[in-house]
Amino acid sequence: MKNKKTFRSNLITYLLVIVAFVICQLVLEGAIPGVKMTRSLKGQLVPICVYIVMAVSLNLTVGISGELSLGHAGFMSVGAFSGIVMSSWLVSAFQFENETIRLIIAMVTGGVFAGAAGVLIGIPVLRLRGDYLAIVTLAFGEIIRNVMNCLYFSLDGKALYIGFNNPSLPGKLLVNGPAGATGVDKISTFTMGFAPIIFTLFVVLNLINSRSGRAIMAIRDNRIAAESMGINVTKYKMMAFVTSAVLAGMAGALYGLNYSTVVASKFRFDTSILVLVFVVLGGIGNIRGSIIAATVLTILPEVLRAFSDYRMLVYAIVLIVVMLATNSPLLRNLVERIRPKKKAEAKGGDAV
Amino acid sequence: MISFLSHLVNGISLGSVYAIIALGYSMVYGIAKMLNFAHGDVIMVGAYITFCATQYWGLPPVVSVLAAMLVCTVLGVVIERLAYKPLRAATSLAVLITAIGMSYFLQNAAQLIWGANPKSFPSVITLPTLSLMGGQLLISGETMVTVLANVIIMIVLTIFTSKTKMGRAMRAVSEDKGAAELMGINVNATISLTFAIGSALAAVAGVLLCSAYPALMPTTGSMPGIKAFTAAVFGGIGSIPGALVGGLLLGVIEILGKAYISMELGDAFVFAVLIIVLLVKPTGLLGKKVHEKV
Repeated sequence: MKNKKTFRSNLITYLLVIVAFVICQLVLEGAIPGVKMTRSLKGQLVPICVYIVMAVSLNLTVGISGELSLGHAGFMSVGAFSGIVMSSWLVSAFQFENETIRLIIAMVTGGVFAGAAGVLIGIPVLRLRGDYLAIVTLAFGEIIRNVMNCLYFSLDGKALYIGFNNPSLPGKLLVNGPAGATGVDKISTFTMGFAPIIFTLFVVLNLINSRSGRAIMAIRDNRIAAESMGINVTKYKMMAFVTSAVLAGMAGALYGLNYSTVVASKFRFDTSILVLVFVVLGGIGNIRGSIIAATVLTILPEVLRAFSDYRMLVYAIVLIVVMLATNSPLLRNLVERIRPKKKAEAKGGDAV
Repeated sequence: MISFLSHLVNGISLGSVYAIIALGYSMVYGIAKMLNFAHGDVIMVGAYITFCATQYWGLPPVVSVLAAMLVCTVLGVVIERLAYKPLRAATSLAVLITAIGMSYFLQNAAQLIWGANPKSFPSVITLPTLSLMGGQLLISGETMVTVLANVIIMIVLTIFTSKTKMGRAMRAVSEDKGAAELMGINVNATISLTFAIGSALAAVAGVLLCSAYPALMPTTGSMPGIKAFTAAVFGGIGSIPGALVGGLLLGVIEILGKAYISMELGDAFVFAVLIIVLLVKPTGLLGKKVHEKV
């Protein structure tokens, strides 16, 4: 019965994303009369895909694995720059112009490099706990940003040159240290942005409902008990952390190839926090919630344009009020009184 | 040698500012067990109030700083009452997100009031520059006042927390909230007091920071805030001497790293040292080791 329930719940999540995608496509093509997207909203479509992937992958670390990570944007940054370099190298070395395949290869590359960074960072980070773990992920995010600011890449035919703190490289400069990557081919599209979302959902939802996923959640709920049951704590923590990093790297590549100029300072601490906000507002450990929160909160500043200068202020107030409201005992009691049946059912379900 | 000494002096000066900010983080963390991300932005508000007081209202520097401290104290207490107090029973992540929301709010409110362009902050310190070793080593008035302020604040706070009734109440609450309440300590008032002290210190730190680095913007406080938080963790969060040690070390490492290793990698160097320290001593330099009960 439990399995049937998770199956149905997962199905709803997939359907939600697919239906939203189809509606967006129909609106974009003008198939629905009277409904039109503004230009600024159209510009947000790829970022929404990116942030959904980011939020779901961070939810794997924060919600499922129970480790507060404040440096998720670092992986995004690694993915973005490696993806950009890969996509340009394909053109320069092989005159390979097919945008879709280039984007896919770039996303895979971004994922691989971010995953490698995840392994490197995970080894020291996962030895710590609680707030200390959070501050070290923050530190790693800042280190990645600083190092990216010192990296130079240039392309000369098939050759790819890398310079550290050294801009005098042969060929055409592609990534120029603090000035970032310039003249990037904008090959990301909304349609291709949809693919990593489905891939992420597939990976994360299957992981959660697998033996490994249950091990990860067991460690989250009680590390000592899990360890004494013979669960390899380091292995499963690393599994969640690195999977999350790989997915963030993919999102990063998609993001990087959506703009003609990308600078490393875009992937600051603020971006990590922004994604964390999506996760917490959507509900920690709730994948569907992350998707909805990422979408709504990315669109919200655009919708609030009517408030012009006040929009970010209103955004901040909305954030605080939502947090206060969802955590206030008064409201919780009210919800419980309205839906007592469901609550009891959920409790019974957990006990089974 | 001389250049090393002058870098060291700069590092201690910057480190003193970090130490004062780190105190605010550390005290609030010790008592409320929350990361108050809006703390960095209270620094910025303090600096703006001082800027307005000296530039627009023509108040003397000392009065301006006092005004800034007063405004920040009220601000800190109001923030705590409105945003953090209702969440005392909530998960720490919920409080963290609320604090981040508060930080956005303060930054954007400041941007609406004072504009996004950086303002040139006039130094409120009029002390002459001290010239040592035949004029080779210069110590600015700002540096001297910063270090002196840091020392005074540390001494006063140490005495306050160990000798006075209120200070002891603060320590009791940070150790065990429930037991402190049973002993007749007003927990809410104590938490408000902690926020008040932390925010007043943030105002001082803001003035000192902007006197040394005079570009004042709505985001001025965020990076020093993060670094000071790092300093607090570095020294052992919740401990007053820890904040001092962490702040000073962080400032010195940052300046020396920027001077001798790489200008661009200065921040990366700071965070790398933090990671190494935490791996060797997981609760910071002066933090207490917490044993895990099974």
